[in-house]
Amino acid sequence: MIPARFDYVRPGSVEDAVRALAGGGDDARVIAGGQSLLPLLRLRLAFPDLLVDVGGLSELRGVRETAGSLEIGALTTIYELTRDPLLTAHCGLLAETATLIADPAVRHRATIGGALAHADPAGDLPAVVLALGGSLLIRGPEGEREVRAGDFFTDYMTTSLSPGELLVAVRVPRLGGDWGFRYEKFRLTAQSWAIVGVAAVARRSNGHVAEARIGLTNMGSVPVRATAAESAAAGAEASAAALREAGSRADEGTSPPSDLRGSADYRRHLARVLTGRALAAAAGAS
Amino acid sequence: MTAETVQEKEVGRARARKEDARLVTGQTNWTDNIQLPGLVHIAFLRSPLAHARITRADTSRAREATGVIAVFTGADLAAEQGSLPCAWPVTPDIVIPQHPPMAVDTVRYAGEIVAAVVARDRYAAADALEAIDVDYEELPPVLDMEEALAEGSPKVHEQGNKSFVWPFSNGDIEAAFRDAPVVLERTYRQQRLIPSAMEPRAVVCAPVGDEFTLWSATQIPHVLRVMLALVTGIPEHKLRVIAPDVGGGFGSKLQVTAEEVLALLIARRLGRPVKWTESRSEGNLAVHHGRDQIQRIRVAAGADGRLRGLDVDLLADMGAYLMLVTPGVPLLGAFMYNAIYKMDAYSFRCTGVFTTKTPTDAYRGAGRPEATFAIERVMDDLAAELGMDPLALRERNWIKHTEFPYTTIAGLTYDSGNYEAATAAARELFHYDELRKEAAERAAAGDPVRLGIGISTFTEMCGLAPSRILGQLAYGAGGWEHASIRMLPTGKVEAVTGSSAHGQGHETAWSQIVADELGVPFEDVRVLHGDTFVAPKGMDTYGSRSLTVGGIAVVAACGKVREKARVIAAGLLEVSPDDLEWSSGRWQVRGDPDQGKTIGEIALATFAAHNLPEGVEPSLDSDATYDPDNFSFPHGTHLCAAEVDTETGAVRLRSYVAVDDVGQVVNPLIVEGQVHGGIAQGIAQALFEEAAYDSSGTLVTATLADYLVPSAADLPAFVTSRTATPSTTNPLGVKGVGEAGTIASTPAVVNAIVDALRPLGVPDVPMPCTPERVWRAIREGAAR
Repeated sequence: MIPARFDYVRPGSVEDAVRALAGGGDDARVIAGGQSLLPLLRLRLAFPDLLVDVGGLSELRGVRETAGSLEIGALTTIYELTRDPLLTAHCGLLAETATLIADPAVRHRATIGGALAHADPAGDLPAVVLALGGSLLIRGPEGEREVRAGDFFTDYMTTSLSPGELLVAVRVPRLGGDWGFRYEKFRLTAQSWAIVGVAAVARRSNGHVAEARIGLTNMGSVPVRATAAESAAAGAEASAAALREAGSRADEGTSPPSDLRGSADYRRHLARVLTGRALAAAAGAS
Repeated sequence: MTAETVQEKEVGRARARKEDARLVTGQTNWTDNIQLPGLVHIAFLRSPLAHARITRADTSRAREATGVIAVFTGADLAAEQGSLPCAWPVTPDIVIPQHPPMAVDTVRYAGEIVAAVVARDRYAAADALEAIDVDYEELPPVLDMEEALAEGSPKVHEQGNKSFVWPFSNGDIEAAFRDAPVVLERTYRQQRLIPSAMEPRAVVCAPVGDEFTLWSATQIPHVLRVMLALVTGIPEHKLRVIAPDVGGGFGSKLQVTAEEVLALLIARRLGRPVKWTESRSEGNLAVHHGRDQIQRIRVAAGADGRLRGLDVDLLADMGAYLMLVTPGVPLLGAFMYNAIYKMDAYSFRCTGVFTTKTPTDAYRGAGRPEATFAIERVMDDLAAELGMDPLALRERNWIKHTEFPYTTIAGLTYDSGNYEAATAAARELFHYDELRKEAAERAAAGDPVRLGIGISTFTEMCGLAPSRILGQLAYGAGGWEHASIRMLPTGKVEAVTGSSAHGQGHETAWSQIVADELGVPFEDVRVLHGDTFVAPKGMDTYGSRSLTVGGIAVVAACGKVREKARVIAAGLLEVSPDDLEWSSGRWQVRGDPDQGKTIGEIALATFAAHNLPEGVEPSLDSDATYDPDNFSFPHGTHLCAAEVDTETGAVRLRSYVAVDDVGQVVNPLIVEGQVHGGIAQGIAQALFEEAAYDSSGTLVTATLADYLVPSAADLPAFVTSRTATPSTTNPLGVKGVGEAGTIASTPAVVNAIVDALRPLGVPDVPMPCTPERVWRAIREGAAR
């Protein structure tokens, strides 16, 4: 890697990290696992003056249980998400999706906080956290604040993080045993980005879907909820046919990109098909 | 040792590769690892535009930048840089434009070099590139071959956009098509591919006085040395070229590159060693690309499926310039369109076209994958047209095993083959009949996931090449290969080969050959290659030629050692050479096998030279240069089963069976590796890879995030097997295996996809068959 010149600090505490970031202003960037930032540096598409390496802040690593929810430290690696017993038991969608991200080498370095703060709409975790109804814990010079996922992603690769703020944790609800889940990732090769991804969680009751939440990857400049399909799924019979019907509304209100991997109308089509499949799997429909 | 102890033959053994220990433990020097005192680093500034005039290049800020030693533009080097060579002027009237290694006044593809920075480290060099100001006056890009040939098209070169037209015909093509019961015409697009060798290109050049050593990640140190001498005027004997361990090439390092020439010129200017190593994205822009052809193919057949005639009209994208063998690549395909089939007439025409894109040149298979794709696709379509099983159609037309040697309509004489045996084996391993049944059932039931079966009964021409044929085709060099054997006093052997390995495993395979030929242990053989001062003669490695040409040179050199040893052994044993017979590494007296000398004993006696027969030189060493009489013709039957999700267009390869006939096998492990890698690379063309340009001529697949090279996770488990019909034209009976898988697999996969979708009205899916393209083809089929 031959990046442009930058300064580098490795703070020993969250407070020091926040102080360093605040001092660096707009030209400071956080680096954790580096799996999104390093390629940008290597291609000289990013020119930060200062890298604040939070990799040593071990208090930001790991999953803990709080009342009704799980708090995932921002430095928890994607690999750890795949193995964490709390996530596996209470937030399977996150654990399952993590197995589908990139390749093992990347999964061992990349972090959940980095993936969310990077806010690439083609990344898988933003849509998953959105579908889960999660929120993000942010530490800044003014203290800590909590932002709902729907408010965090503001534009293409842009979040509501201000200069000087550090994403420290992700809070997701514990899902009970009546919830099912599925992440449908559609991609060209095993290690390439999703053309479209559909994250679905559904609560099943008496052979019907009582409630469903759906997050879409790469269907706009930010991860989006498929609200029309969610409404259509609510109360629908938990059958493949009924949920396929609900899925056919998944692209309503989206504005997907056209690029090398797929045109906008193909993405719309995929979102409809994959949402039907994801809902069926989440609802345990045959 | 006595005559009773018969050594197990090495040839045929699945020996683990000798070279792997140092490669996998990091104990080797790749070119980029080479450190020399005073080494400085080159970075190249490349044109961001496809076509432009350079109106100003201001390097003053870059010259002042920290750590910068020198900056060069094309104007600075114009007087000495010459023109990059094209060694294959395929027609007398071919247009070969000047190709300065560094653009002087005009750039003709995005990625062409416009300046070089030399700095103390590569970071400073990269930083200084951003301080060079170049003003361009944009010229219209030329991106489409058909438009490039149309009247009024902007010109890539003053001489126009047509480089050459190369025709070939045999038989009465008009008669073959006249009144033919079935005529099919198809157009296929061979998309542009980017070779993705594991090791990027790299070069180091060290001057000492007026002598130069150049290390390069190249397939062709010998050819490179000759060409660099001709281009730069540096006398050949003052130039040493070394290819250290090289991490793959696939044809991309069969080249004399601008970067190599410039490294040499800059080292000469500065009088100090220089290094350049490309990044992957730089490589995607600037390494020569492969394929990129439009193939119009017409076939005429009888109602019984018998082929009458084949007519091929080809447009081949040269890119912006002709590189080392650019124009010859489609011609290698010219002899392969007829494949394994008999027919009455064949006509071929290739037009070489200039565009403002990266130059193309050899890429694994070089012309033969393209030809094989077109004929195997058309055979499947013809079978569908006739309502015949596509294997039965092929059998009706292929050369029977009793008919060899067979001179094809393209004029090549296939020495051997057994298409019946390979196909029967593949059919059984694949469970052909069961899968056909399942495919029909799924189609009948309207299953959204369809099953298709694809066939490729391919052959290819390897062992490039008989020099006289290369001469007839106007190639600039011969096709021989050289080897020498050095018998060391302790009985160990150094085998020197002109065939320059870059991942193929020559050190292992050649050791096995030498072990058998000289009767020495495998471990006692050291293979030396890749350095023009150590292995002074060679034609290097490409076109699956190493074993069939270079391996035979090794056999011949060993034979000469044996004959020299015979004379010396006879002296030692006080018998006539005629009384000796060779048995397992030992010359022994016929009828009295206890009387004999091993090759090691003879080597030691030769070293001492106390007691040699009168007039016999004290050396067993020998050289051999082998020029083949004919190509070799590996063949095989590959069968692919693909499941197509008609709702999304996703393709899943369910099974893949490859039965290859590469003749005698020296090392089954190496052959297996070549087959697996080759199949993967061919599947990559069918499903994943494409060098894509936008409308301004910018390459939009410049990184591996966008240029999708598949990994093992994207591929099925291959079922491989072999039949072994020995080549009759070389003493080992070998045929070559470096390209077979790549040539075979692309049409097998696309045929499987089209077979699955034909009931839905889909006649073809353009490559790469991405899910969106498959989905669109299904929608268009439904609308039809």
